Amino acid sequence: MSNHTEPDVVVIGGGVVGGAIALGLARSGARVTILDEGDAAFRASRGNFALVWVQSKGFGMPEYAMWSRRSADDWHGLATILSEETGIDVAHSQPGGFMLCLSQDELGKRVDAMHRLHNQTTLTDFPYEVLDHAETKRRLPDIGKDVVGAIYSPLDGHVNSLKLFRALREATTRRGVDYRPNCPVESITPRDGGFRITGPWGEIATAKVVLAAGLGNARLAPMVGLDAPVKPSKGQIIVTEKTAPFLHNPMVTVRQTDEGGVMIGDSQEDRGFDTVVGQPILSVMAERAVRMFPRLAGLNVVRTWSALRVMSPDGFPIYDQSQSCPGAFVVTCHSGVTLAANHVLTLAPAILSGVLPDAVASFSARRFHV
Amino acid sequence: MKPLTEIGQLAEHYDLAVVGAGPAGLSAAARASELGLSVLLVDENPAPGGQIYRSITTTPVSDRAVLGQDYWRGLDIVARLKRSATAYAARCTVWSIAPEVESDGASFEIGLSLDGRARLISARQVVLATGAQERPFPIPGWTLPGVMTAGAAQIALKSSAIVPKGRTVIAGCGPLLYLLAGQLAAAGAEIVAVLDTTPPRNWRAALTALPDFLRSPYLAKGLKLMAKARRSLRFVGGVTSLAVEGSGRLSAVRFERGGTSQSIACDTLLLHQGVIPSVNLSNAAGCAHDFDPVQHCWVPQLDDWFASSVPGIAIAGDGAGIGGAESAALRGEIAALDTARRLGRITMQERDNHAAPVRAALGRTLRGRRFLDLLYKPAAQFLAPTVDDTIICRCEEVTAGQVRDAAKRLGVTGPNQMKAFLRCGMGPCQGRLCGPTVVELIAETRGTSPAEVGYYRLRPPVKPVTLAELASLPQSEAAVKAVVR
Amino acid sequence: MFRPMSDAKSAAALSFSFDGRPLIGRDGDTVAASLLANGVTVCRETPVSGAPRAPYCLMGVCFECLVVIDGVGNRQGCMVPLRDGMAIETQHGRRQPEEIQG
Repeated sequence: MSNHTEPDVVVIGGGVVGGAIALGLARSGARVTILDEGDAAFRASRGNFALVWVQSKGFGMPEYAMWSRRSADDWHGLATILSEETGIDVAHSQPGGFMLCLSQDELGKRVDAMHRLHNQTTLTDFPYEVLDHAETKRRLPDIGKDVVGAIYSPLDGHVNSLKLFRALREATTRRGVDYRPNCPVESITPRDGGFRITGPWGEIATAKVVLAAGLGNARLAPMVGLDAPVKPSKGQIIVTEKTAPFLHNPMVTVRQTDEGGVMIGDSQEDRGFDTVVGQPILSVMAERAVRMFPRLAGLNVVRTWSALRVMSPDGFPIYDQSQSCPGAFVVTCHSGVTLAANHVLTLAPAILSGVLPDAVASFSARRFHV
Repeated sequence: MKPLTEIGQLAEHYDLAVVGAGPAGLSAAARASELGLSVLLVDENPAPGGQIYRSITTTPVSDRAVLGQDYWRGLDIVARLKRSATAYAARCTVWSIAPEVESDGASFEIGLSLDGRARLISARQVVLATGAQERPFPIPGWTLPGVMTAGAAQIALKSSAIVPKGRTVIAGCGPLLYLLAGQLAAAGAEIVAVLDTTPPRNWRAALTALPDFLRSPYLAKGLKLMAKARRSLRFVGGVTSLAVEGSGRLSAVRFERGGTSQSIACDTLLLHQGVIPSVNLSNAAGCAHDFDPVQHCWVPQLDDWFASSVPGIAIAGDGAGIGGAESAALRGEIAALDTARRLGRITMQERDNHAAPVRAALGRTLRGRRFLDLLYKPAAQFLAPTVDDTIICRCEEVTAGQVRDAAKRLGVTGPNQMKAFLRCGMGPCQGRLCGPTVVELIAETRGTSPAEVGYYRLRPPVKPVTLAELASLPQSEAAVKAVVR
Repeated sequence: MFRPMSDAKSAAALSFSFDGRPLIGRDGDTVAASLLANGVTVCRETPVSGAPRAPYCLMGVCFECLVVIDGVGNRQGCMVPLRDGMAIETQHGRRQPEEIQG
């Protein structure tokens, strides 16, 4: 499967992150090839919770809050582009999101966390409100009596992340991006100012390479003088049968999809590459969701799943260009949906130009070695 | 037998949990109980028998000739269970089986639901005897009211003594087709035609397996059934395409034969093209499966004792690969013997001694199977529908054309990615009615095989369970910590 | 549509309703079988396109026989035994969650 016309950029990884980068590159006029794994790959893009979320992000790195905010602002534009290019409505809406709390202790901790976040000097214009039960009930009439209050931010929203995933594939395909499934990468070798990438499928040469392989980046990055010390963080999700629309806004752990199913998240465990669904966690998630919205109690669960988040040591993204092998980039994060607009509209054009923007300067993996 | 009617009556722990009360599950449970194991037999139906012996203890069909001698054999199997000490929970679903947390893997946590109440119990060993389901038969219009599976009509007959009213057509292939046609006709249904889709060229492949078939018990039975059906009914062979006509409801079935198209007006169309193992529970429990090219379906990887790739889970009956009712019962016996051996109840020598005659009998019952599998392998156009707007995922209403397009243009190589892109397999049936077709369509479009394409990765709950039920189950401190952060 | 065999064993008659219409069923039958025996041809409309559907497999596999039983939606008619006085309704599209006061 050797390629005769060399692409400008090879993107390794065909999930939401790789797809977004590839679309941005193709929109900037680049010839792009995506090398992807197969059907059984660990694929966070098939298992995420689909929030476009800003409110709680960025403690310890205000630049992450601003980067998330920028993407949330640009998401309307991305949704329009996807709709125009593919005809797919990814059901994007940002009506404001809630974090519901089921005890005063939880609410107190959340309020503290928000204070710490906003005490970081550079953060301005990140509106949020702390709501008591009555005010939360006024805005979300279906909540249960156990909800003591909520944090609300008008910036937050959600999309249908599976439609986003498909729209990215559709848009890149229509723009001539060469998508190659079942092409795991074994080696990347710098050569003649570019790169030679090999696998059991053959080899391909390219001027630029973008590592967007999620957890696979940890193995690939050192091949081109980059560092991506990402580890899996297991998350579990429950989804119910379709029910009549009742929940317009997303909660951080409960949202209703445009198709009608209610998604319930979100756990976090460090269990390596284990993706077995664990009953006690499902029970906790279900119990909390029912206390938040008692009308959910009788709904049938149609699926559960667990997927692996791609977590860096501090939880923030890693964006970097290799110093020893210029032209090799790493793009990795656990919020590929929220950040999709940035990846398409800001990061990809910068990668093509060869210089990453100042806005992502803090996201270099060099931060782990200071 | 100890009948359990409420979820609270179940014990916390059993030596063995058997899922499914068809011939395999009944035999496994009875044998294991006889060997001194504490056994829980769980089944979702109101009475034992599975589908083949459905309603064997309760059927309102009074004329024994209608359902035939083979059906009534189920009474002996149920009688044996009743003599045993098995705890039997009817109308109880198993929605999850997982190795028990914090143990050495020698025990399983089993999620059950009965009357809207969930429970977790544990068992040291598990025998899955969840049987088979009918192979999906996606033809244009198969979602219209008036179209059912042949198995459904048989279940209605056995459990309720009701038969289709008005003009009825039966279409497809496989031994059950003739059996059902005979049973329904005997029960007074108006069978206006039997449309046989068996590809004539299958005979060539099947002939290689003919010698065994000629020495098998299938032969006499099968010939009798076929002769009876052919004698009394309008029988149309060599059917190469089928489509349902009607708006809002079936009004006719259109078929092609020898290049010409005909239509038969009817009130009911019964479809059948063989049965395949029910893999949802075994798949969700983590058991490895292979694609069997002869039976043309996914079957669990099993050893000679029907032990799966997950230590402690055995799979008996048609769930282990289609073999029919008699072989199912024998497989259940063998699985039970090995379970008792693993629990130290009998020695390996005792197990082997007990199993020897059962194995011999099993060999005899399976002898003609290969011939039937090869002869009744469905034609390609009935596995991967050629008409693009044919619905293949009934729940999410995904068409064959959409699957082909995604496989071809969007580079989708497997059913899990297809599910993410098109929602096929995401509905309440959890892929049971679309999985085989999706795999077939991907393989056809990408020029590969179902074995290469793979199957859905399934997760619990494999049967409906409500959020309230899940919420009622025990939580661990670690679990709370993982969610409330 | 189905009809009983002429020589079927008798069973206690149960009253139930379908979309408000009073019907008679047979003790021992499932909800789905009772609907079929009463000439009901459509039991639900799909949540995707609103297309009419009817029981298909009668063995708990296909989820086509979903109906509302005593106010609870999306129940598998083929897995639920008929009870006297049951109010059964067509499942129209997506399920309506029961109102529970929090």
